Amino acid sequence: MTSLILRMAFLLLLALPAWAQEKDYAATLPGLAGGFGEIAGAVERLGALGDPRALPVLQALQEGKLLKAGDGHVLVPRGAGYADAATGAPADPAGAEPVRLNNRVRQALRGALGRLQLVSPDAVERGAAAEAIFRSRSAEDVPLLQAAIGREQDAGVRARLELALAAAQLVAPDDSVKRDAIARLGAAGTVEARALLLEARAAAPALAGPIEAAIARIDQSLAIRRAAETLFQGLSLGSVLLLAALGLAVTFGVMGVINMAHGEFVMLGAYATFAVQELCRGIPWLAPWSLPLSVPAAFLVTAACGALLERGLIRHLYGRPLETLLMTFGVGMIIQQAVRLAFGAQNREVISPSWMQGTITLPGGVAVTQNRLWIIVFGLLVLALVFAAIRLTRFGLEMRAVVQNRRIAATMGIRTGRVDAMTFAFGSGLAGMAGVALSQIDNVSPNLGTGYIIDSFMVVVFGGVGSLAGTLVGALTLGVVNKMLEPYAGAVLAKVFVLVAIMLFIQRRPKGLFALKGRAAES
Amino acid sequence: MSATLASPPPAGSGRLTLRLLMLGAVLLLAVLPALNRLPADSALHVSDFIVSVSGKWITYAILALAIDLAWGYAGILSLGHGAFFTLGGYAIGMHLMRLIGPRGVYGHPVLPDFMVFLGYKELPWYWLGFDHFPFALLMAMAVPGLLAAVVGYLAFRSRITGVYFSIITQAMTYALMLAFFRNDMGFGGNNGFTDFKELLGMPLNTPTARSALFYASLALLVLSYALCSRITQSKLGRVLVAIRDAESRVRFLGYDVTRHKLFVFVLSAVLAGLAGALYVPQVGIINPGEFSPGNSIEAVIWVAVGGRGTLVGALLGAFSVNALKTWLTTVAPDLWLFALGGLFVAVTLFLPRGLIGLVSKVAK
Repeated sequence: MTSLILRMAFLLLLALPAWAQEKDYAATLPGLAGGFGEIAGAVERLGALGDPRALPVLQALQEGKLLKAGDGHVLVPRGAGYADAATGAPADPAGAEPVRLNNRVRQALRGALGRLQLVSPDAVERGAAAEAIFRSRSAEDVPLLQAAIGREQDAGVRARLELALAAAQLVAPDDSVKRDAIARLGAAGTVEARALLLEARAAAPALAGPIEAAIARIDQSLAIRRAAETLFQGLSLGSVLLLAALGLAVTFGVMGVINMAHGEFVMLGAYATFAVQELCRGIPWLAPWSLPLSVPAAFLVTAACGALLERGLIRHLYGRPLETLLMTFGVGMIIQQAVRLAFGAQNREVISPSWMQGTITLPGGVAVTQNRLWIIVFGLLVLALVFAAIRLTRFGLEMRAVVQNRRIAATMGIRTGRVDAMTFAFGSGLAGMAGVALSQIDNVSPNLGTGYIIDSFMVVVFGGVGSLAGTLVGALTLGVVNKMLEPYAGAVLAKVFVLVAIMLFIQRRPKGLFALKGRAAES
Repeated sequence: MSATLASPPPAGSGRLTLRLLMLGAVLLLAVLPALNRLPADSALHVSDFIVSVSGKWITYAILALAIDLAWGYAGILSLGHGAFFTLGGYAIGMHLMRLIGPRGVYGHPVLPDFMVFLGYKELPWYWLGFDHFPFALLMAMAVPGLLAAVVGYLAFRSRITGVYFSIITQAMTYALMLAFFRNDMGFGGNNGFTDFKELLGMPLNTPTARSALFYASLALLVLSYALCSRITQSKLGRVLVAIRDAESRVRFLGYDVTRHKLFVFVLSAVLAGLAGALYVPQVGIINPGEFSPGNSIEAVIWVAVGGRGTLVGALLGAFSVNALKTWLTTVAPDLWLFALGGLFVAVTLFLPRGLIGLVSKVAK
């Protein structure tokens, strides 16, 4: 359907010049029925005319399927029968014989076909033609390419055409044309343009100056693009860390409870996502929305687990952080093993909905994968949610009151035990939401959480315990620094460096980037 | 982390009973290799498996002692002691790799197989000297000790205590694990070291070597126990317990808390390194998986189960938890992690002083 519309639009676009060419086209065709010399001449002329109708004719000729009738008409195969090449009307092939080829005709055919493909209605074919011309690189193609660029609608094909044009102009005899091409290649700022310029530098030492300048310009724009991509990757890793660490910022940062099972809650959130996806699979209209649905589902599942853990076990260990650490580690092991037995040890796949797949190319050629972009958005949304919950709700107010002074909060009528359970459930639910995000970029397996728990603790310690701003800045900094180091040190060593750097950093600021000041800092 | 844990030394007859029990246990362990030499149909014959497993457990017990000294007495909960243990193991592993010499698969006179495989042309500088046993043994103590000194100095100086220190040590062992997994670290990457041939002229995997290593481990255990109990009963030990229970107060009384903590942490790391050095020749393999944070925390739970703050408790915990593990992983492998997780929960909630605490409660 779309291809038909495209084709019609294209034909419309071509209508004016095509009408002018009409006579030329029809006048050239009889040449194909003549001797070898005439055929080669006609082929070259058809190629130069750039009429799209010539393409099937020349293709038929190449395949030996073009027939010539006695009266100088040529017939092209169409469907089961034949048609007159000039009028397109059905024709009777009786008495017609195939047009024969010799080497000269074949050579002419190759060039003509390449040029004709430039006017093909199919963008892929036009791109291929641009590529072929780029490789053959002859100055004669310059006007042809200029015309093609003028009518090209597809941005990708146009870029390739322009590259091919610059390549053709680089071998042109005129120096000013060359300089112009060099300048445009410099502005294009792609790796291919750079390779082309390097080649040209070797061929034309006289133009070394402008070529060097153009290469420098390309290098600069490539460096900027690479930096932008690194930044994006860092931000996306940072928002993954942010999601994993936000829950900790609540349970560890606000409540001071160290929960080593936090990573397992993240893992449970990812499995909840998987479960919701499997449940939605049978309902076609719901299936694309299983991921948004799994956000509240994962939150509820892990929040319930968190409340259970706090009421059942952790509250007996308040004031004994080391024991809490060991106990929750044990709980984490039990959860992990239970999930392994229930779902199997192999990875489970959570499919990204179609609206999250693919890449977006930002201006300047920076490619951005959509699911990573969504994770950044999601991370910021969750951060806003946590901020609102702590600062703007009754629950947040009670939570802060209990943290600041438990006894006085209790005398004011706040049920501190309930607030503890809800705070812990809230933090655990945040872990579940992080699991939803992680299911999009990592394998959903029973030990999904172990890979993130140490990093998230580092984020909280680095950013400053009990500070949301610290968690945000800490997570994004760690993500970006990690990705910046990766090209130089490799992924693993980058991680090691970051860990060492944090250890050294907390030498200078033992309370983290955003240390709490005043009375709250003492506890 | 306040009060309640200061363990009064068992008085009078209790102490005597304890000593007799321990002597009995050591003697029982000491005859194991001899019983192994008896003919297989003898009623007292002990299988190779039991000898090698108990040899391994003895090194675990030394590791538990080391953790108990730092955690039970000085209140320093390190979740990275597995790293010191493994570093000691790697040091001796490097020596064992050098001793393979031209008997490797590739038959290179100097380079270990994995280096030939990875295209090394010559031995990296940090491998030099490891062909001498005393040097390797020194490194098995010095490397963990030095690492503990650096990490401990940085942490204790800026008063990083409690869970913060635990998390940092966990990050330390995690970072080491990641680093040692890399092939270009020059430590065999993923596969680590294995296929050892001999140690001190003894071909490994023979009864002689097994019992020699067994006795060496037992001797180190007895020595470490003596050293630890000497320390804990001295004035230094009292200061350590005081630091555990009220760090700020000890500091205000004029003690140099940082130095005391650093001393006990480094000593503990050196002991762990030595234990690792005896562990590796007995199991015949060392790889980066030993650095995994789970291993370290499992070792901490031995101490918690046995009863921290008592040296006997650490030993008891190491043997009993590992006996449970060996039994359960053969009977019902799926259940082991539930059991271990359950142990973490049960011990912290119901048995804060471990099995030793339970025993002394029952005795009363």
